[in-house]
Amino acid sequence: MSMDRRQFMKIAGLSAVLGIGGSLIIDKAGHAGLGAGPRYEQGPNAIEAKRWGMVIDAGKIKTGEDYKRIIKACHSIHNVPDFGEAKDEVKWIWTDDYEHTFPSAENPFMDQTYKEKPFLLMCNHCEFPACVRVCPTKATFKRPDGIVVMDYHRCIGCRFCMAACPFGARSFNWRDPRPFIKQVNPEYPTRMKGVVEKCTFCVERLAKGQGPACAEASNGAMVYGDLMDPNSEIRKILATTYTIRRKPELGTEPSIFYVIGGSENNA
Amino acid sequence: MLEKALTGSKRYWAWVFFLLALIGAGTLAYLKQFSYGLGLTGMSRDVSWGLYIGQFTFLVGVAASAVMLVIPYYLHHYKTFGRIVILGEFLAVSAVIMCVTFIFVDMGQPMRIMNVILHPRPNSVMFWDSMVLSGYLLLNIVIGWTTLGAERRAVPPPKWVKPLIYLSVPWAVSIHTVTAFLYAGLPGRHFWLSAIMAARFLASAFAGGPSFLLILSLLVRKLTKFDPGKEAVQTLGKIVTYAMFLNVFFMLLEVFTAFYSNIPGEMASFKYLYAGLDGHSRLVPLMWTSSILAVVSMAMLIFPKIRAKENLLLMACIAVFISLWIDKGFGLVIGGFIPNPMEHVVEYWPTLPETIITVGVYALGFLVLTVLYKVAISVKEDVEGAAYKKIEPAGQAVSK
Repeated sequence: MSMDRRQFMKIAGLSAVLGIGGSLIIDKAGHAGLGAGPRYEQGPNAIEAKRWGMVIDAGKIKTGEDYKRIIKACHSIHNVPDFGEAKDEVKWIWTDDYEHTFPSAENPFMDQTYKEKPFLLMCNHCEFPACVRVCPTKATFKRPDGIVVMDYHRCIGCRFCMAACPFGARSFNWRDPRPFIKQVNPEYPTRMKGVVEKCTFCVERLAKGQGPACAEASNGAMVYGDLMDPNSEIRKILATTYTIRRKPELGTEPSIFYVIGGSENNA
Repeated sequence: MLEKALTGSKRYWAWVFFLLALIGAGTLAYLKQFSYGLGLTGMSRDVSWGLYIGQFTFLVGVAASAVMLVIPYYLHHYKTFGRIVILGEFLAVSAVIMCVTFIFVDMGQPMRIMNVILHPRPNSVMFWDSMVLSGYLLLNIVIGWTTLGAERRAVPPPKWVKPLIYLSVPWAVSIHTVTAFLYAGLPGRHFWLSAIMAARFLASAFAGGPSFLLILSLLVRKLTKFDPGKEAVQTLGKIVTYAMFLNVFFMLLEVFTAFYSNIPGEMASFKYLYAGLDGHSRLVPLMWTSSILAVVSMAMLIFPKIRAKENLLLMACIAVFISLWIDKGFGLVIGGFIPNPMEHVVEYWPTLPETIITVGVYALGFLVLTVLYKVAISVKEDVEGAAYKKIEPAGQAVSK
């Protein structure tokens, strides 16, 4: 099967280069689920937004187990490989401490609990994403609903987006990731070596009416919703709770917000 | 004219086959990288560009520096450069070929390279960089080849080539400006986010390129019957001197802004490169080597009496070239990635296959350079041989 697919992609790639209906073949491949990019039919139950965003309430994620569960929920369904070493690492969502999550908001005298507490990091799905601006092939693009996604078939692996992203959200497949996927989820495409990938805000789940996998696994600590809808739950939280974003001074307008002290303390 | 490259001394052929062997080794290493992936290199999630993109950046400067010969010769009718302007143009050709090859070997999916043209995004600086580089390559091939052909037939070059020559001047500036914009417009990369980046790039290019050309000129004089001329070499030395001082001045401006403002992000990469950060200091010896070579070279270049001695001038230019190669081909690109966006220090060092591929690309560039120089110098030797009988200074027919 994998040989057939590889040969198929070679032919598809070659005809794309020669311009002989290459795009048609790739379109079909996308629908057949052959390592498809972010092309998903909106199902009857699809949930939609004008601009998707998320609030992460760090106070509600208590134990190391909680973090592991959330990360695993994302990485297992998206076929994110585990190489077991840092150099080739691919990650969509991970943790770091306060000082490294918010490097421009350091505070040497802050409460030790929060200083050492892990925070979840992921793609910010910026309103003005630097990664989209620099991509020479439009392989990375922003959807009308604000989600920044990638076409793994168009990516040439130049890694300009990795240099441009101020949040370290992007990973490159330094080698074939497939042997390092513990259990392949047939519902979601695997990637090939030489392309960049990152969090997709679970576009494939939104299309089926499900929320992002991390939020689902977070027991209410991660709330997603439409930032443009003043009546949405996320907007209510943002209106009543003090939240911060990573590196807001860069003007990319991140769509991921953090409650640092726990909402019960700040509301 | 290309047939001139097919006849040559034993030494010439030994050099050509030596380069071919290096290209062969590089190709084998590349095939391995092609099947395994870029994980074969020292690059990582945190330092996602390395030696390849560093060399690309450095060589764009070498290519752009041809303009330092074109401006005096074609715009100011500085006849002394008539003998070597073709060497500058052909150096540009080989440098751009190396640039393009370095980009190619750095790509994760090189078979999709045409996507840049099939699905262009004009917002992307990389799209523009590929446009200006290919244009510059074409310009220099056409200009160099046409003027050399005219010189061979002892006629003035055709009129249509003049506008192309004038066009090549701003075009040379553009290739290095656009290359600087690859870096200078990225939010969150403090080391690169500097308005002076393009100016710095041009200054270092105009020091590095001519210093290499000076080395090549002296080599040509030693190995062939063609003499680029003592005065031309001295003028090159002057250009290197001014540009090198300007380059170091620009660099010190960056240091002032970073350290007087005391903004941590502005200082972090400098600290990593020159002192080490969080206990990581792999590039420190290399960067200080670059700094010391820069100081030594400037101390030599600033004195006209030292510059007048060709051996010392040569040594100074070698020091300039190595210093800038380290600074731009290594420190600038790697330094921009360290620390990473979360302010962790993850270091980088090229692997052996990565180094072999790099050497292979350089060998390819030197092969192109050798062939082009062989053609140019054979033509010039013929013209001068003929001119001896007529007692007329040759090599200047072009300037009419």
